[in-house]
Amino acid sequence: MKMMKKAASLALASALVVSLAACGSNGGNGGSDNSGSTGSDTFMIGGIGPTTGDNALYGTAVMNGIQLAVDEINEAGGINGYQISYKFEDDQSDPEKSVNAYNTLKDWGMQMLVGTVTSAPCVAVVEETHADNMFQFTPSATSVESIQYDNAFRMCFSDPSQGSVSADYIADNSLASKVAIIYNSSDTYSTGIYQSFATEAQARGLEIVSAEAYTADSNSDFSVQIQKAKDAGAELVFLPIYYSDASLILAQADRAGFDPIWFGVDGMDGILGVDGFDKTLAEGVMFLTPFTPTSDDEAVQKFVASYEDEFGSTPIQFAADAYDCMYVLKEAIEQADITPDMSISDMCDAMKTAMTQVTYDGVTGKQISWGEDGEPSKEPTVVQITNGEYTVL
Amino acid sequence: MSFISYLVNGLSLGSVYAIIALGYTMVYGIAKMLNFAHGDVIMIGAYMALISLTQLGLPVLPAILVAVVVCTVLGVVIERVAYRPLRDASSSLAVLITAIGVSYLLQNTALLIFGANTQSFPSVIKWSGVSLAGGRLNISGVTIVTIAACLVIMIFLTLFVQKSKPGQAMRAVSEDRGAAQLMGINVNGTIAMTFAIGSALAAVAGVLLCSAYPTLDPYTGAMPGIKAFVAAVFGGIGSISGAFIGGLLLGIIEILGRAYISSQMADAIVFAVLIIVLLVKPTGLLGKKIQEKV
Repeated sequence: MKMMKKAASLALASALVVSLAACGSNGGNGGSDNSGSTGSDTFMIGGIGPTTGDNALYGTAVMNGIQLAVDEINEAGGINGYQISYKFEDDQSDPEKSVNAYNTLKDWGMQMLVGTVTSAPCVAVVEETHADNMFQFTPSATSVESIQYDNAFRMCFSDPSQGSVSADYIADNSLASKVAIIYNSSDTYSTGIYQSFATEAQARGLEIVSAEAYTADSNSDFSVQIQKAKDAGAELVFLPIYYSDASLILAQADRAGFDPIWFGVDGMDGILGVDGFDKTLAEGVMFLTPFTPTSDDEAVQKFVASYEDEFGSTPIQFAADAYDCMYVLKEAIEQADITPDMSISDMCDAMKTAMTQVTYDGVTGKQISWGEDGEPSKEPTVVQITNGEYTVL
Repeated sequence: MSFISYLVNGLSLGSVYAIIALGYTMVYGIAKMLNFAHGDVIMIGAYMALISLTQLGLPVLPAILVAVVVCTVLGVVIERVAYRPLRDASSSLAVLITAIGVSYLLQNTALLIFGANTQSFPSVIKWSGVSLAGGRLNISGVTIVTIAACLVIMIFLTLFVQKSKPGQAMRAVSEDRGAAQLMGINVNGTIAMTFAIGSALAAVAGVLLCSAYPTLDPYTGAMPGIKAFVAAVFGGIGSISGAFIGGLLLGIIEILGRAYISSQMADAIVFAVLIIVLLVKPTGLLGKKIQEKV
């Protein structure tokens, strides 16, 4: 971890040096006078997410995903001829730390924010970006409130749409008629998906035989929730939760001799990456995700290859979302003809319109477009874990 | 049938609480201080076992032994460095705050060394348990081993405190530290020994906790530590059998509360029960009321 941090900061430092050098050579023909400020000739893009803590896999993936895109864009000549300077701060998936990270990045000179990675911190940070009128683009925060203001957009599905899309998928493919749910009632992400899933499931004639909650303070013993689902004869258990809790549920269900179909959402992505996790427990687990590294798509293959080359691991959905975010940002900036010397607020206003005009083909979907509410429209895919690998269904 | 199953799960959770609570209650009973770092010693113990198992490739029993040795040394060092200098401080609050400080110190040191990523703990108990009533009631091997380990430790500790010479010294120090010293008992040595035993128990508790709930991160010990503290107070802090009964009851109440009242309210129910017990019986279920002599 420490090594990785060191490597990351080294990469950042070198990126900064490169961008500064570019700044020096561009300064003349760019015609900008305020050579004193470093921000004026480079786009200052900040990122926030957990690179340590429970959801560290997500934050690290996003950090790397953005880095990869930034490097590629800079190498290809930047955005509108300007290089990008990029800095990522850790928030441990904690709202308070996230706001601190936001302030740190603002001091650094951030002009646009790609983040934050998880929902609850994003809800806190969006209040700040809204107050500052800074453009915010989250790769993966799914709660409705995460982008409740017009300055915020997202790359991933929202909680309600994840919930209803999951219910539709289960009903369309007749996976089960009796469904149990285990969700985290102390997490907005989890409750948001649960509620929309329950509504849609009812509408589609699925019977919810048990819906049991747990909280962040009691997330080690799931015996009761599992027992209730088992007793109620559930054929499928819907888990709108993150992978670390899910890995415990899978282990305890196995011990209780309960083997239903497990259906998760994007939070399940990464379960195969838990250190020392017994992969056979996750055999057959299905989850909703817009990205699969094994897809035949050319853009996906290229992204996966360069990501593996750079970071030595297969990218998860969060890395893909982040990678797409950066490229969408580039398209929108070009669309609106934004230059780095504009004020943060002017940039944001220009981006608000530009975002609704771009249509983007990326690694997390084709023909993705955005509404004024900041929600993307794209097709979901469902992935199943077979033989310890993610397979597209 | 599901009631029995809940009961077994409650017993399993409760016996983990009970082992942790034994450590709390021993230290409180003899040194008259709340060692809030106890939960974090558990976490360190679990990490030691994990490293011994995965990176050193040791078999299960030596791995547990490594954890026990490291935790014992750690407990004695903590007592010597952080608690002993404050034992005669004018305010007993000082040592309590130090204990909270030690707790954070351990958590953050672990964060630095092991990183914050959740680790999956390998199953040290390979036995898959028993299946009764045609598969409707499964009692896992971990559950049975945890309950058995808890019973054995409780009986051993009771015998040790009641029958052995060092145990006698412990009881003497517990009753009247000054008088014990006058009688030639090495008070500092006795208290250090108490910490050694408490921390060794913490290592065992750590391995059992992580076997039952197989994830490990630097905060793993914190919540069970607090719950076990509640269990110790519930059963009557300072009493070994009280900690045992308190731990088991707490686990059962938590699971049954979750099953029959509300899964979201599990913790609220646990703490509400604690308040009620303390209102009715301020010394806890088995606590002794000691008359202060004027």
